[in-house]
Amino acid sequence: MSIVAEILVSFALVVSGIFGLVGSVGLVKLKNTLQRLHAPTKATSLGVGGVLIASMIYFYAKYGQVSFHELLITLFLFLTAPITANFIAKAYMARNLGDKDVPETTGEYGWSIYDDPPSPGSDR
Amino acid sequence: MIEYALTFALGCYALALLLNLWRIAVGPDAADRILALDTMVINLIALVVLYGVWHSTAIYFEAAMLIAMVGFVSTVAYCRFLLRGDIIE
Repeated sequence: MSIVAEILVSFALVVSGIFGLVGSVGLVKLKNTLQRLHAPTKATSLGVGGVLIASMIYFYAKYGQVSFHELLITLFLFLTAPITANFIAKAYMARNLGDKDVPETTGEYGWSIYDDPPSPGSDR
Repeated sequence: MIEYALTFALGCYALALLLNLWRIAVGPDAADRILALDTMVINLIALVVLYGVWHSTAIYFEAAMLIAMVGFVSTVAYCRFLLRGDIIE
């Protein structure tokens, strides 16, 4: 393996390890739940992305063919991380915050976690 | 050089898993525990991929992909259960 590939892989591994650790330290250190939601969803996703980039460069340099498994895993993680964060925030709001703690939606319908869904008969 | 970087990254992710475990034990809300479990799954994917690089074999990517899918589905199912009291309505 060439020295350039080794340096690239090592750099990506070290940076991704630091990012993963920062995400989990933030999960322990931040004060309340909605603040703690920030650290793992962003820093840890970036850390895993770095690991997968390092593994892509490593296997390309060692065997000379690009593997797309890592790209699939990265794509899946980056697609699902915002969805899980949104679900966790909704679960926290439904359990700990009330109708009065959030601003009005100023729309036709209220918040989906506090109000009933629109009836099936309406045209929207 | 890659061996040292790999050892460093493996140590970082192992420490991250321990910190997540502490958050699961302490809580205080159920949302915190779901978040810590989701972070544990993501850190575990990183550990599995690092193990695959350590042994320079590509058979661990399928395992990482499966862990990613199962982790996402379980997080969403747990949140749905807390939100609606039911998973599939």
